[in-house]
Amino acid sequence: MELTGAEITIRCLQEEGVEYVFGYPGGAVLFIYDELFKQEQVKHVLVRHEQAAVHAADGYARSTEKVGVALVTSGPGVTNAVTGIATAYLDSIPMVVISGQVPTSFIGEDAFQEVDAVGITRPCVKHNFLVKDAKDIAGTLKKAFYLAKSGRPGPVLVDIPKDVSNQKAEYSYPATVSIRSYNPQVQGDIGQIKRAAQMLLEAKRPMVYAGGGVILSDASKQLTELVRLLGAPCTNTLMGLGGFPASDNQFVGMLGMHGTYEANMGMQNCDVLLAVGARFDDRVIGNVAHFNSVPRKIIHIDIDPASISKRVKVDVSIVGDVGHVVSDLLSVLNSSKQKPDATALKDWWKQITEWRGANSLNYKNSSELIKPQYVIETLHKITHGDAFVTSDVGQHQMWAAQYYKFNKPRRWINSGGLGTMGFGLPAAMGVQLAHPGATVACVTGEGSIQMNIQELSTCKQYNLPIKIVALNNRYLGMVRQWQEFFHGNRYSHSYMDALPDFVKLAEAYGHVGILVEKPSDVEGALKEAFARKDDLVFLDFRTDSTENVYPMVPGGKGLSEVILAEDL
Amino acid sequence: MRHIISLLMENESGALSRVAGLFSARGYNIESLNVAPTEDPTMSRMTIVTSGSDEVIEQINKQLNKLVDVVTVMDLTDGDHIERELMLVKVRAIGDDREELKRMTDIFRGRVIDVTDKTYTIELTGTGHKLDRFLQAIEHSLILETVRTGASGIGRGDRILKL
Ligand SMILES: Cc1cc2nc3c(=O)[nH]c(=O)nc-3n(C[C@H](O)[C@H](O)[C@H](O)COP(=O)(O)OP(=O)(O)OC[C@H]3O[C@@H](n4cnc5c(N)ncnc54)[C@H](O)[C@@H]3O)c2cc1C
Ligand SMILES: Cc1ncc(C[n+]2csc(CCOP(=O)(O)OP(=O)(O)O)c2C)c(N)n1
Ligand SMILES: [Mg+2]
Repeated sequence: MELTGAEITIRCLQEEGVEYVFGYPGGAVLFIYDELFKQEQVKHVLVRHEQAAVHAADGYARSTEKVGVALVTSGPGVTNAVTGIATAYLDSIPMVVISGQVPTSFIGEDAFQEVDAVGITRPCVKHNFLVKDAKDIAGTLKKAFYLAKSGRPGPVLVDIPKDVSNQKAEYSYPATVSIRSYNPQVQGDIGQIKRAAQMLLEAKRPMVYAGGGVILSDASKQLTELVRLLGAPCTNTLMGLGGFPASDNQFVGMLGMHGTYEANMGMQNCDVLLAVGARFDDRVIGNVAHFNSVPRKIIHIDIDPASISKRVKVDVSIVGDVGHVVSDLLSVLNSSKQKPDATALKDWWKQITEWRGANSLNYKNSSELIKPQYVIETLHKITHGDAFVTSDVGQHQMWAAQYYKFNKPRRWINSGGLGTMGFGLPAAMGVQLAHPGATVACVTGEGSIQMNIQELSTCKQYNLPIKIVALNNRYLGMVRQWQEFFHGNRYSHSYMDALPDFVKLAEAYGHVGILVEKPSDVEGALKEAFARKDDLVFLDFRTDSTENVYPMVPGGKGLSEVILAEDL
Repeated sequence: MRHIISLLMENESGALSRVAGLFSARGYNIESLNVAPTEDPTMSRMTIVTSGSDEVIEQINKQLNKLVDVVTVMDLTDGDHIERELMLVKVRAIGDDREELKRMTDIFRGRVIDVTDKTYTIELTGTGHKLDRFLQAIEHSLILETVRTGASGIGRGDRILKL
């Protein structure tokens, strides 16, 4: 059957079961938009900025097990999308971005709206393609979806010149795909798994450190079973939150720069560390030499061999998918006669309980000023801990991570690797579309929200009843905190002056706005907002502008060199 | 330590820039890099000479393997291998220097491949080290131009890099 490149593109999306495409039209994608118009299966969401299209596709992907899809035009369309693509890349999010390109005969001539999309995105995609012939579109898109979601997931860009989208070619969607140079290892080596099991059984002070790989692999059930069987404490990275239930007694909270005292002390002092789908990021293991100054054995499960022994040398490496490897590890452990060392574990837990006693997330509530931590705790209460929570970047992000106790995976949606301000609202749009009836909150700051505020218009158009929880401290708070700690209180350009009236702004976009200035109004305002099932509500909480995020392990310091709130 | 990494990659436009981009983005050294098609027209073979600590070399190998266009990677320096580089040198050759240059070329088992009344162009193959030594052995002021391919390498005996 002969179809145009544009028809083929849309057919492929239908074949892949794509429900939503987030995009913005322009000259180079007009044929593709024309085909979108002629069908109803693939729904298009018109954002107000291409960065938001990519973040929305990203939020959609993070909150489901599916691949997010974005569609942008050539030139400025692609460059606007780059921040979104890099955000997805750093957090390993499966995504396909289709970009228009100038006609093939114009490529290289500095044509109108021409940029080298493949070149610009090369360092921040898992892979990318320039399609030069319509007959290659179907095969390329099939590969793109396969690459995006298999192995270590990531964004894949497919650049389609305008003439190619109008060129006719024979169409058939490939039933299977194989790429000879790409064969991710899913099953772990059984010999290594047995070594790991033995090491864990002999451990006196075992610790499980689980990251985003658990979420990406949809393996939180297996992980939870493993942690319970081992009787070990479990910590999650920022990206792993929800991978192990936060309300479980074996959960010691998040680790790293703003992790709990018990999680970081446990990391530092354990004798066997099991790292599961986590990549020893510099915000997690601040100072590698300090971390290595204490002996411990490390087992690392990761699907990407390049994540293993990158920053921290490990003793047992298991390349494979978390779900598969942990299931195999469970069967080895279950069939072993040896059981975890109960006496040693008892002592270990005694020590952990002592660290827990430091109560490192404690804060002093106030009846005068709204404490941001209190807002998040109340948000947790009002939403029964069961909302999808997206976040922007800054102090509010850390408080959301620390105080909203996530019991389920894919509920906490934030930009960890790139730390992209402006992520929260568009990501929430993707989440809300993926989960129509669900409660979706976007925790943000007055700085971050202004980086994609235009999306309030998209939310109106598609009736997305997101609840925006703005912790408005009138500061680029995280920057201000670093300036307070490390730059002699010189608050260079971190004060947010001339802020808009967010209530009126929300109203101007056709939404509801609520200003909250007193601690006693926090709960009521949240209740009111979440009771409005059909409205987007913008909650402008005027929070204590001097509040800092604790605990804090300053950059470059060791995990036990922590600043606690009470130290000051 | 110095390493010679050989790899097979898809003969796709852009594959070379993915490899080159990887090295610059991650701050790895490249001493030399060469690439040409193989007997299989769908694949090119690249040889990269790099240096770094064991950890860095391990990462380089892993990161190269991770590139979707890269089919297979081998660190030749992990085992027995042969290394060769081609150099062309144009030298000023007049008077007594003509005889001396010819003699040195013979000693290094090179060949004079182009002759004019004022110049010789000498072709020499060998390890990079040998080529360096040749350049040191001849009078520096006579060298007009040099061009080198960078090292190519192949495993000895049964060490074969193939799909
Ligand atoms: C302001 C700010 C503060 C921050 N502070 C902290 C902090 O205090 N603590 C903290 O933890 N982080 C913090 N971060 C986040 C940090 O920058 C990193 O993004 C995060 O620590 C990385 O999490 P991760 O190790 O779980 O890796 P991810 O980025 O989630 O990577 C997942 C890993 O799992 C692997 N993987 C993927 N899929 C699979 C699979 N199916 N099977 C097996 N393996 C798989 C991948 O190869 C990768 O190695 C902060 C970020 C910001 C912006
Ligand atoms: C796009 C972008 N620019 C700059 C930064 C650096 N940065 C990190 S946190 C932060 C402050 C964020 O302010 P706000 O959104 O008000 O959050 P708060 O820290 O006050 O809670 C800045 C500027 C960033 N992460 N992203
Ligand atoms: Mg702020």
